[in-house]
Formats: sequence, C-alpha cells, structure tokens
Amino acid sequence: MSLRATARIAAGADGSLPVLESDGPLALRRTRAAVPGWARVTVVGAMSAPLGGDRLAIETEVRERARLRVDSAAATLALPGRTADPADYELRLRVGPDGVLRWLPEQLVSAHGSDLRVRTTVELAATARLVLREEQVLGRHGEPPGTLVSRLTVRRAGRPLLDQELAYGPGAPGGWDGGAVLAGHRATGQLLVVDPAYGAGPPAARPLGEHAVLTPLAGPAVLVTAVAPDALALRRVLDAALDELAPEPAGSGCTAQRIPHSGYGFGKETRVRNDEMAPLAKGSPEHVNT
Amino acid sequence: MARLTTRSALLVLADGRFPAGGHAHSGGAEAAVKAGRIRDAADLEAFCLGRLHTVGLTAAGLAAAAALGLDPYELDAAADARTPSPALRTAARRLGRQLMRAARAAWPDPELDALAAAFPGGAHQPVVLGAAARAAGLGPEDAAHCAAYETVGGPATAVVRLLGLDPYRATAVLARLAPVMDEVAARAATAAHGGVDALPAASAPLLDITAEQHAAWPVRLFAS
Repeated sequence: MSLRATARIAAGADGSLPVLESDGPLALRRTRAAVPGWARVTVVGAMSAPLGGDRLAIETEVRERARLRVDSAAATLALPGRTADPADYELRLRVGPDGVLRWLPEQLVSAHGSDLRVRTTVELAATARLVLREEQVLGRHGEPPGTLVSRLTVRRAGRPLLDQELAYGPGAPGGWDGGAVLAGHRATGQLLVVDPAYGAGPPAARPLGEHAVLTPLAGPAVLVTAVAPDALALRRVLDAALDELAPEPAGSGCTAQRIPHSGYGFGKETRVRNDEMAPLAKGSPEHVNT
Repeated sequence: MARLTTRSALLVLADGRFPAGGHAHSGGAEAAVKAGRIRDAADLEAFCLGRLHTVGLTAAGLAAAAALGLDPYELDAAADARTPSPALRTAARRLGRQLMRAARAAWPDPELDALAAAFPGGAHQPVVLGAAARAAGLGPEDAAHCAAYETVGGPATAVVRLLGLDPYRATAVLARLAPVMDEVAARAATAAHGGVDALPAASAPLLDITAEQHAAWPVRLFAS
C-alpha cells in the first residue's frame, strides 16, 4: 500500500501562516518562534515514511517579507516498502522578495533495503535569503545503506545558483564509495546560505578540517560540503558552520536541534522541547545509533 | 548523427597530445593519493568509476548540449551551478580557454570565435569541448564520449606519475571502464536532447572537499 501526500505551508509577512496543510504521514505543526515576526513550522510525522512506492511532497511558500523557519521533530527514515518501486520525496520551496527561509530538518536516514528519490527545488527572489541544511546518513547503525538519489536545485532570480545530485547505495551507479565520492564515510551533508548582502564578496573558500569545505558559489551564497563517519560528527561540523555563517536570530527559542543527541529525533528530548506539538505518532521507531 | 567521415576528427580532439592543457590536471587524483585513497590499480579503478558517474556524467551532459548547439551562456551558468568549488571553477575556465585556442586553430568557425569573445577568461571546459566538437563536425554523443574519456584519462595518467603505478595496469583500468564510458556518454547525450534543465548534475563530495585543500598546497605536481 503506497501513499500519495502533499503538505503545504505558506508564511506571511506578519508572522502568520495563511496555509498550513498536513497530509497523510506529513503532519505539520505551528511551533513557538520566540522572535516576533517569525513563523516556525515543525514537521512531526514523517518518521515512519517514506516507504517504497510512496510519493510525498512538501510545498513551502515564503511570501514577500515573511520569515519562516521549518524544522522536523525526528529524523526521516527511508524504509523498504511492499513494492519494488522507489519512494519519491519532493520538496518545493519558494522565497519571495525580502523573504527569509531557514530550512533546518533533521537527518535523512537511508535504511537497508530502502530506495528513495529526493528532489529539492528552491526558487529564490533576488532579495530573498535562505539557510538550508540537508544531511544523509547511510544506514542505521551497523547496517548497509539503502539506495538514495538526492538532487538539490536552487535558482535565484530565475538563474541557476546550485545544482547537485548525490547517489549512493546498492541501486546507485558504481564508484560511489570510492576515493572520489564518499570513500567509506557514512554521513554526508550540506549547508547552503544565500544572502544578497554577500554581494560580490562572500567568504573565501577554506577547508573546515579534513573532511569539509566552505566554498563561495558563483553568486551571493556559500556552501559547506562535508562527509563524516557518522551523523553526530557531521552535525558538529555543520553546526559550527551554521553558528558562523547564519546564527539563529537573537532571542529565538528555536534551538531544539542544538541539544546534543537530539539530532536523531527519536529520543524524548525532542518531544519535551517541542511542548506545543502534538504527540508523535504511535509505535516505536527504530533507534538510530551512531 | 556524426557521419563516418568525422571519426578521425574525434580522434584528433580526444588525443592526449591535442594541445589543450589537460595533462597538467589530475582530476583530484593527486589529493586522493596523498590522502591514501588511491594506493593501487583497484583504488584507481574505484576512483575513476566514481568520477565517471558523477562529474564525468555532468561534464558529458554539458559537452553534448553544447555540441547540439544549446545556448552557451545558459550552459556556462549551468556549469557554474554544478561546480561549487571555486578552485574547480577556475581550473575549468582555464582549461576552457586553452582548449578554445587549440580548437580555433584546428577548426576555424564563427561560433567558436563568438564564444571566445563572450568569455575572454574562458568558458567552462565542457562547454568549449562541445562547441569544438560542433565546429569539427562531430555530434553530441561524440562530445560526450570525449568528456567521459577525459574524466578518467587524466587521473589514470597522473597516478602513473604519482604512485609509479605500472602504466600497463593503468591502461587496463581505462580499458575495463570503456563500457561505462559508453554508457555515461549515451546517458549524457540523451539528457542533452531534453534541454538545459534536464542536464545531469551528479556530484562527488570528496572531489569538492579536496579540491580546495589541494589548491592551497605550496608544492604540487598537478594544477588540480
């Protein structure tokens, strides 16, 4: 039994959420944003999906001058389904003039036997700002990874700014675990910061340790690319970069993802912190142990 | 479709002796050797296979699209978006400029002149490669083959120098990868017919990470 679901978010300039539509396993909750003028949405329900054959999508629109933070209560766990078809997960993000989007979900964990295609498309107005993090963990603790193909396409003022696709796992073309691509690392991720204020002078390229790099793109944006042995080590690198490049707005209470270990999202701490959220779905999702 | 009579032009363009500067680049192999990720022929093969299916496919798509005659400005912007590392963008433009000089001498063509004038600092190398193939009367799949072959030919040659790897074994790696090169070139050429937005964007995190480290080395054998 496979699912089709599309959840929708729209944020307005006054901190309102004129659209907040959950669908199927994608449950959206408005959560507390301590800074006035910001809206915050937490995706609470995706931890038991996507399964093979599912087609899930989240559409997010940040309207003119709106400020929105989107996060998730738990890691997203891609699991095998009853069908041999891959699962599709599509994220369509649009940020209007002077809008700000902080897209900071928890990890995507590619469980053994799963097959997931993720397509993230971002359309930015010329004056829009964006902070976007994506992290992929290859398998739960001690298991081989599933198959993941994840493409991230960002356009700014109609022009391409970043276009990348990562593929790994048994269904990916060969060489993904060789010395050019992952070389045995089991977590990989990116942090993208787009800010028109960078103008022609975004921060210069520099290594962040041995397995990560900060690179200015050919536009007002920087990308941090990292590989790591596990999810925790990856998050440490990306958190340090986030603190430096785009710290949380002052006074924001949106710090759930900074609590040690909450990155896996299956623990109690996430629920306790997000006391305004509905309880998580029933059942006991498998613990990610890295 | 490329006519049979263009086969020799393809050999000229793909020849390592074609004066386009590619021999100075290792395709990330120098950094991978230093990091201990390439120690023998098997590592070289895994490295080259990963390159083929990532940056090789992406470059082949751009080259095929340029050979088809798609807008080179759009293709150059697409190449920028697919190259987050400034060290690799610089290398790609430098190689593009060198290839342009050789191509204009080999196959004089007003489209090449226009492209050279539009990008005095060099367009991305795969875009120039596709335009050069077009000027030579070659087709998109020919250009994609060239790009795929360059993706692995550079590292294989470099590793012979860097590791003292037996050149026969390095050549055997390339021969074993030939069917994959064909597959990648075919995929790239098919994608190019779908327009700029349909072009592959496969990427390799470690190549991006190590490119910036390598560019900062005070002494190195290869430019990238």
